[in-house]
Amino acid sequence: MSAGGSSAWGRRLVIAVPYIWLLVFFLAPFVLVLRISLSEVAIAMPPYVPVFDLGAGWDRFVADLGRLSFANYEWLAGDPLYINSYLSSLRIAFVSTVLTLLIGFPIAYGMASAPRGLRPILMMLVILPFWTSFLIRVYAWIGILKPEGLLTLFGQTIGILSGDEQFRILNTTTAVYIGIVYSYLPFMVLPLYAALERLDGSLLEAAQDLGCPPLKAFWVITVPLALPGIIAGCFLVFIPAVGEFVIPDLLGGSDTLMIGRTLWNEFFNNRDWPVSSAVAVLLLLVLIIPIVAFQQAQQRQQEAAR
Amino acid sequence: MAKTLGPVRRAFAPWDDPSATPLIRFEAITKRFGDFTAIDNVSLDIYEREFFALLGPSGCGKTTLMRMLAGFETPTEGRVLLDGEDISQVPPHKRPVNMMFQSYALFPHMSVADNIAFGLKQDGLPAGDIKARVEEMLSLVKLEPFARRRPDQLSGGQRQRVALARSLAKRPKVLLLDEPLGALDKKLREETQFELMDLQEKLGMTFLIVTHDQEEAMTVADRIAVMNHGSFEQIDPPSVIYEQPNSRYVADFIGDVNLLDGALETRGGARVFSSKALSNPLPVMPPDDTPDGSACIAIRPEKLSVSLTEPEQADGLAMLKGTVWDIAYMGDVSIFHVRLSDEVCTGQDKDETVPVLRATIANTTRLVERPIAWDDAVWVTWQADAAVVLPR
Ligand SMILES: Nc1ncnc2c1ncn2[C@@H]1O[C@H](COP(=O)(O)OP(=O)(O)OP(=O)(O)O)[C@@H](O)[C@H]1O
Ligand SMILES: [Mg+2]
Repeated sequence: MSAGGSSAWGRRLVIAVPYIWLLVFFLAPFVLVLRISLSEVAIAMPPYVPVFDLGAGWDRFVADLGRLSFANYEWLAGDPLYINSYLSSLRIAFVSTVLTLLIGFPIAYGMASAPRGLRPILMMLVILPFWTSFLIRVYAWIGILKPEGLLTLFGQTIGILSGDEQFRILNTTTAVYIGIVYSYLPFMVLPLYAALERLDGSLLEAAQDLGCPPLKAFWVITVPLALPGIIAGCFLVFIPAVGEFVIPDLLGGSDTLMIGRTLWNEFFNNRDWPVSSAVAVLLLLVLIIPIVAFQQAQQRQQEAAR
Repeated sequence: MAKTLGPVRRAFAPWDDPSATPLIRFEAITKRFGDFTAIDNVSLDIYEREFFALLGPSGCGKTTLMRMLAGFETPTEGRVLLDGEDISQVPPHKRPVNMMFQSYALFPHMSVADNIAFGLKQDGLPAGDIKARVEEMLSLVKLEPFARRRPDQLSGGQRQRVALARSLAKRPKVLLLDEPLGALDKKLREETQFELMDLQEKLGMTFLIVTHDQEEAMTVADRIAVMNHGSFEQIDPPSVIYEQPNSRYVADFIGDVNLLDGALETRGGARVFSSKALSNPLPVMPPDDTPDGSACIAIRPEKLSVSLTEPEQADGLAMLKGTVWDIAYMGDVSIFHVRLSDEVCTGQDKDETVPVLRATIANTTRLVERPIAWDDAVWVTWQADAAVVLPR
């Protein structure tokens, strides 16, 4: 057990780094946001009355605990706008995740069954969009989807639209779906590809040899063995999609409710920091369930792999 | 002169019967991968209830041949017939053929029992029947305690037994076994070999087995095909393969053998074998139609006798004098390496060209009066008909 002082310290340091990282960049901001969410709004700079004055000593802190205001949360619960935003966000994220899975699976499957030499190139192509700014790519979709945009032009050229007809997709929820599916597709494809590539082709042969038709073999062999990849991909799309702000803001219509957008409005248009902080805290709480589920799935998979 | 080649396991030889129709027929099959020819124009008939073994060095095309029968490779040329019908258009899942994969290909997300039950479930058997069959298979391969384990929780040999049980479970008409017992220890392997033979006879299945273990092929098979570079060297029952190999390759590949190169001659009406390495010709008894000329003889080590005293000359007895070079005691037998002496050898460069004969002598008694020892002068003898004359 005498691992030597320096190496023990080294190990502690290595373990400490990610914790310090989490503390500084995750926990501390969260505590700040939580504190703001419990405060009252004010016309001031910053625009709220702080509940805790950390400089005022312990007695004051305890006294403040008694005066904590959950008014902002009550306000959120009372206004259907927020509840609808949450529900709508969850729905949009869920539908987008399903769509991404449906589109991503064939792509990943194709990549995994491509000749070995071609696979790194295909992988490159999937990652390539990351080399351009996310924002620019979403703006590009405006150019494609707007009534006089590329899509309409294309439709008119191939003749599904008559001369003056236009696609009215921009500023609708459909455009948001397109944007989310497009933006998050690589997050679905990569874990799926990793799972499918590892799949031993002789398993499918064995299944067929035992009398299982190819399509059924896909369901009883390929899908269960790709399940860890499917789960990872779905969480990687669903979790960020729930809080997505840029895509609904740029591509969505005024009726596309998403919590990220509501939060932005609250923060910058209404300058109601406490309420928007409460929205953020609730968003986190809503997402904690899938995040924990995701982590447990990952852990189970790691244990199974051992 | 009604001599046969060794014991016969069972009276079963449809291949000798011209009216018998084969169950499986490979008809002039060629398989190429790119410009590499894995199977080179082979034809083969396998009969119902036959236990057929493919033997050959790694990469000679054994697995490829099986995969064409299972439906995972299509022949580049030629046809595969099953029961007289061309099956090239039949997809793998509709062929009455099951294959045990060389890599096992066990489903990692299913328990041992579910793996074995997989094929039965595809047939839509009632649950009760499936359960009974799975249990039967588990006990056959001695894996009852492991039914609920997943493949990654098993040892290599256990996995191999699961793969075997899974392929056997459906009791297919034709069972293809690609190296089914390679990972098992000797005892379990021998037990399983006999179980397989038993099962095959009881259920009337046709087995095609690949093995690297010649002894195994000898034990289980009705016929053995020796393959080399994508074609067959010889297809015959084990005793014929062993006692009457048709080429130097087969003689050398199957079992231990002493090979001497030289020429076949006729002297005074008798056939003899002469070699540059030997001063006197050896008597041999090739079939009458064997022409004189360049040849080689193959003599199995166990056909040789080694004695310390000079045996009497006799007709049809080949005799060579030598010195004991090395002795390996194996328990049941001892292997003597006898280096031929200068008297019988004309070889100029002694180190290389002096032939060393291997003789396997059964240790039939526990105590010997005067054991043969290193450097003893000995006489090696064999009956002339024990030497097989092969084309060189
Ligand atoms: N899909 C393939 N593509 C290219 N070459 C192949 C393919 N499958 C097999 N081969 C080649 O064909 C030859 C025969 O392969 P096969 O697997 O039949 O050998 P084998 O006799 O089963 O050998 P082993 O005893 O090592 O299993 C080998 O040289 C192999 O490299
Ligand atoms: Mg093989």
